[in-house]
Amino acid sequence: MATELTDAEAVVITISAEADMILVRQMLRAAAQRIGLGLVDQTKIITAGSELARNILTYATGSRGTVRIEEVRARGRKGVRATFTDEGPGIPDIEQALTDGFSTNRSLGLGLPGARRLSDEMTITSAPGSGTTVVIVKWAR
Amino acid sequence: MTAEVFPIMRIGDTLLISLQGELDDATVLRIEDRLANEVARTGATGTLIDVSGLTIVDSFIARVLTRVVGMIRLLGSHAVIVGIQPAVAITLVELGVPMGHLHTALNAEQGMALLRRLRDHGDRAD
Repeated sequence: MATELTDAEAVVITISAEADMILVRQMLRAAAQRIGLGLVDQTKIITAGSELARNILTYATGSRGTVRIEEVRARGRKGVRATFTDEGPGIPDIEQALTDGFSTNRSLGLGLPGARRLSDEMTITSAPGSGTTVVIVKWAR
Repeated sequence: MTAEVFPIMRIGDTLLISLQGELDDATVLRIEDRLANEVARTGATGTLIDVSGLTIVDSFIARVLTRVVGMIRLLGSHAVIVGIQPAVAITLVELGVPMGHLHTALNAEQGMALLRRLRDHGDRAD
């Protein structure tokens, strides 16, 4: 099923410092409210985005990446899509990275698996040395 | 952006801190440090950490809150997290943050009552 962009302007945020995480949360909240997500779903997608933004600060080369936040539409429903991209070392084993408690930096290891549970859709594209792209979507009910 | 300082209030032998707005990681770590130091300095027997003003608690914030509660326990005192918003609670459970062992209460008033029971009966109070 094709997912289309709406006419709303996409927002692109550079993530390179902790303060940017707050901007990511604010922009996700604004988009989630615009498409009419309920409070719980807003909270889930913002929290998922916060985890993925922190992953960029923790793992990406130069602790740098971007997020693109868009409003999308499919089957008559609106959604928020956030695409997190970095030029980092990539994830050698995506299945392992999606396992609860797996962490290479002594964190709780909930970032990726937690973000997946909080989103309606999540896709990860990564290979060693070629960066990582994580796309999450939350649909209005 | 958030150079916010959250005041720690003292009510008798209880400390109260109210967290609000958007917390960045550095702010959370500063709060952890100040709370542990303040409990040690004042000899407070209980601490209420009010998170009702937080609309987002991600795994980092949750981990630091859990850690500061553990620190306060090591200092021989008790800490209760109060006012977790329903949407935040649902999100934390789905995120998978282990917080089940924390003492929590719906609001500050019930938190004060729980602290009294903890002082009187220790960890079997709830």
